Amino acid sequence: MFDIERWQEIFETLRKNKLRTFLTGLSVASGIFILVILLGFSKGIQNGVTSQFERDASNLISIWPGVTTKEYKGLNPGRYIQFKNNDFNTISRKYNDEIEHESAFYTIWGGLVNYKNESGSYRIQGVLPGNQFIENADIGQGRFLNYSDVEDAKKVAVIGNRVKKDLFKDEDPINKDISVYGISYKVVGVFFDPGGERDESKVFLPLTSAQRAFNGADEIRNMMFTLKMSDDYNKAALESAAISEAILTDLKQKHIVDPDDTSAIRVNNTMEEAKKIYSLISTISAVFWFVGIGTIIAGVVGVGNIMLIIVKERTKEIGIRKALGAQPMSIVGMILQESVFVTMFSGLFGLILGLGLLEIVGPLIESDFIQYPQVDFNTAITTVFILVFAGALAGFFPAYRAAQIKPIIALRDE
Amino acid sequence: MIEIKDLHKSYHMGSNTLHVLKGINFNVKEGELVSIMGSSGSGKSTLLNILGMLDEADTGDYTLDGFAIKNLNEKIAANYRNKFLGFIFQSFNLINYKSALDNVAMPLYYQGMKRKERVEKAAHYLEKVGLADWSHHLPNEMSGGQKQRVAIARALASEPKVLLADEPTGALDTKTSYEVMDLIQGINEEGKTILIVTHEPDIAQMTKRIVNLKDGLIINDTKVEQVRAISNV
Ligand SMILES: Nc1ncnc2c1ncn2[C@@H]1O[C@H](COP(=O)(O)OP(=O)(O)OP(=O)(O)O)[C@@H](O)[C@H]1O
Ligand SMILES: [Mg+2]
Repeated sequence: MFDIERWQEIFETLRKNKLRTFLTGLSVASGIFILVILLGFSKGIQNGVTSQFERDASNLISIWPGVTTKEYKGLNPGRYIQFKNNDFNTISRKYNDEIEHESAFYTIWGGLVNYKNESGSYRIQGVLPGNQFIENADIGQGRFLNYSDVEDAKKVAVIGNRVKKDLFKDEDPINKDISVYGISYKVVGVFFDPGGERDESKVFLPLTSAQRAFNGADEIRNMMFTLKMSDDYNKAALESAAISEAILTDLKQKHIVDPDDTSAIRVNNTMEEAKKIYSLISTISAVFWFVGIGTIIAGVVGVGNIMLIIVKERTKEIGIRKALGAQPMSIVGMILQESVFVTMFSGLFGLILGLGLLEIVGPLIESDFIQYPQVDFNTAITTVFILVFAGALAGFFPAYRAAQIKPIIALRDE
Repeated sequence: MIEIKDLHKSYHMGSNTLHVLKGINFNVKEGELVSIMGSSGSGKSTLLNILGMLDEADTGDYTLDGFAIKNLNEKIAANYRNKFLGFIFQSFNLINYKSALDNVAMPLYYQGMKRKERVEKAAHYLEKVGLADWSHHLPNEMSGGQKQRVAIARALASEPKVLLADEPTGALDTKTSYEVMDLIQGINEEGKTILIVTHEPDIAQMTKRIVNLKDGLIINDTKVEQVRAISNV
């Protein structure tokens, strides 16, 4: 293998057969290149889809009031249930150990918001600090609401990026006053939401400020909790279902609702949806594995073919070398060494090119569904080795055969 | 140097069998210059290929320089080809992507000679065949006669005991043929044993002995008065 003379002979052969070397190298390099790009983008799509649905996949319990449909303890059906701060606080305290983030909501669906001459209608929500995590809101500027804002019912607001674009254009909104139905709030932050435009068309106020401003007293519209996620999906699902059920029972009891009344209070827990998303993600990754393996197989067949053709083409040369006294194994070795060298070199070249392109183009992609296209380096290297091995194997058999037959037969080959 | 006894060779094509060599008996001593003649299809090339260990006989004995050539594995056969035999083909069989010099150096590579030595020796033999100025040309940049001389230089470079040439002048015009024959005569005078297949009588006259093949048998084997090739050039 490390025979310098042999290497000289091989380099000379490669140099003197530039076209063949180039074409072999090109097909191997482009094969690997395409594979890397493909794997990279499939990973990117996986990342994108995962992050798109990640928040929906979290263990979120939402509780909404409704209208009773059953008579219970002398109370007529058709009664509206109204949550109060107290309901939220009770649950918050009781399930403190299991709850990760929490928020109660007081919502004005289409609230008129003004800044100077600009105005628009947005959803106004009184929330608690925990909503930042429940909504998965990314703070782009400033900060989110904090507990002292809520405690003191400060007149501050955090606005969605859409709101900022509409009302402030290029102006910096921080510390400017917007007015909501004539009441001024100081903007303390701007948030982005992976959910997109619709979720960025909101204005968050401290819950207490919103209640006070819009005559809400201590009423709340609904509440949301996220549970601490456990690694095991099944365990998380069971726990989530149990807590949802327990909260429901507590609230029904408190509001004197028939335990069988399903529309008076509704609890929605996202664990079932999470399951769909988990399976979506795993389906996507299975599809791309399939595509990747398919590409590798195609590459193996391609490289194998090239090697077969090369050896076929060189049969006469093999005959000449044999007539001049070449040992069969030295011929096989020469051909293998050559093919391994070319496929390895060009494979790595294609690999670096592919990785480089992903590195450069990856961050430029502005799609929510493709994020951080990247390839696991080990996977890529393994692929190169598989192709090199396949090429060597495909070259070995015809080379071995050509080296074993009588020289006269090899020489007769045209 | 070469002893063959009752050599048989058949080709099988499907259900047909073509008996080409039907019991050849024939000896060549060291330093001889022998031509093998015969009509087309008489089995000359077949015989020479067997002598050159490029092909194998079906039955019969072949002894080369005291070694029995029979059922050798490819490794040993390769060794013998490399050490004992130089082969000159009618169709040259040069490696077309290698320069004249590298072609001549090829057998030396398989003798395990170092590059520097190989190049020196190959250059020496190229000079000997009059192609010192052509050493860096590729075969397809050369004429038939030049290519054949490269092939001769290659056959000589490994300093074989026996030189086998299958119609070395077959593809060449008369003048070039004589030049090649002059070269071969010179080499023979240095003591090399040489066998030439030809069906040109004038070429055969330039050897020292003519063996006539017909239908797979030697029908005639006579010593001749050698004609100097140079006198015809
Ligand atoms: N590989 C082969 N397969 C089948 N038949 C063959 C093969 N090689 C040679 N023959 C046949 O064997 C016979 C002898 O062939 P050979 O090449 O030895 O003839 P030759 O005397 O060299 O003829 P020429 O003067 O035309 O070169 C011919 O009839 C030929 O058709
Ligand atoms: Mg012939």
